[in-house]
Amino acid sequence: MRPYTPKDDVQKKSYYTDRYWVAPQVPKSDVSEDAVFAADHAALRAHFEILEDYIQRGQMVIYIHPKDNYAVLEFLRDHCGYTQLSELSAIDWIAQRGGFEVFYQMLSMTKKKRIRVKCFIGEHEAINSVEKLFRSADWSEREMYDMFGIKVNNHPFMKRILMPDDWEGFPLRKTYPLQGDEFAAWYEVDRIFGKEARDIIGPEIRDTARVDRYDTERFAQLGHEVPKGSTFDPNQPKTPLAYQEEGGVFLIEGFDETKSKIISDRKR
Amino acid sequence: MAQHQVNYLKDGGLPVALTSIDKVVNWGRSNSIWALTYGLACCGIEMMASGASRYDFDRFGTIFRASPRQADVMIVAGTLTKKHAEFIRRLYDQMTEPKWVISMGSCANTGGMFNTYATVQGVDRVIPVDLYLPGCAPRPESLQYAVMLLQKKIRSEKAIKAQKPKRLM
Ligand code: SF4
Repeated sequence: MRPYTPKDDVQKKSYYTDRYWVAPQVPKSDVSEDAVFAADHAALRAHFEILEDYIQRGQMVIYIHPKDNYAVLEFLRDHCGYTQLSELSAIDWIAQRGGFEVFYQMLSMTKKKRIRVKCFIGEHEAINSVEKLFRSADWSEREMYDMFGIKVNNHPFMKRILMPDDWEGFPLRKTYPLQGDEFAAWYEVDRIFGKEARDIIGPEIRDTARVDRYDTERFAQLGHEVPKGSTFDPNQPKTPLAYQEEGGVFLIEGFDETKSKIISDRKR
Repeated sequence: MAQHQVNYLKDGGLPVALTSIDKVVNWGRSNSIWALTYGLACCGIEMMASGASRYDFDRFGTIFRASPRQADVMIVAGTLTKKHAEFIRRLYDQMTEPKWVISMGSCANTGGMFNTYATVQGVDRVIPVDLYLPGCAPRPESLQYAVMLLQKKIRSEKAIKAQKPKRLM
């Protein structure tokens, strides 16, 4: 298979830009405003360097160094009561900042609080696995690798989870085209029949506007039984629905529309 | 759907002159189409409803089988992902001749609303299809109609046709 060639940000093009539009910001407040978060924050700061912190939508968000991620999550689990890792993934910032933001969403059932731990890694950097701390991280980290191409060190089974093993490219990156690159477009044909079948089967039809009502090659005409490939005249009289050939089929009862009964009571 | 004409029915040999043996064999075949349970997405629910008591597929002789070796027709009910394309071809190859395919729903016909990198844009890119059933999802009545049309088609075919060379992976 040919190697993946990076393209420009194909999904970036905007259809309309308002010159006066300002992106709305969710208000952030200081960590000291919430006593529970302030205590957790103070305990964390005694051991680790915290790059940024704030409370947003009732959740504390902290930024840490990526090398600390295992230790921070272990500390939060064992000493602060955040015993669940409910979500883990990444955000593609390659175009703006040259890397990914990896986030860990933690939940404390006793404190009824949620903390989001974030760290920033470069495009080609790896991150440590937290699978030994939280079993839920196993599949999430595999998904993060599958979708973004972020390698995870010390993971027991670092393999794609959603896409096929021989897939090329990472679909959730912003540079990945929604309808797939050339590898994706021919994947099933190449895999099953081999490349030489490409000419026979032809490219995918992706044009959603391509609807020809009177195309008898690909579409049925409701109420009309038109042979495949013939020209269709929309004014022609309707064909009565015929389930059987004329003359009927041996031992099989034919359907007589005049004798059928339409049930009005749907609960019958 | 495949843009180019793929001549799947090359050895089907239509138009044909049917003998009475053909008629007897076809009568048997058309009234015992065993279907492979192949629900891939939401269309599968409608396929199951067709098999259940209200719509009752059994009266057409259509019984769902869990093994491709026992099935005559594959009802592709749902979205075929690119990862799964290989397996649909393998299951199709495992079915014994004669075999037919009903492509049920927009997803199986054309990829439907999933105009994305991970969806096969129509199962006929991978396996030959005899009957396309439009709808999202088609009601059980439409699936019954499709099966009845397939019966009609089977009755018009020659019973002993040349076996197409099968392509295995
Ligand atoms: S055609 Fe519609 S109902 Fe059927 S699988 Fe696709 S989305 Fe679901």
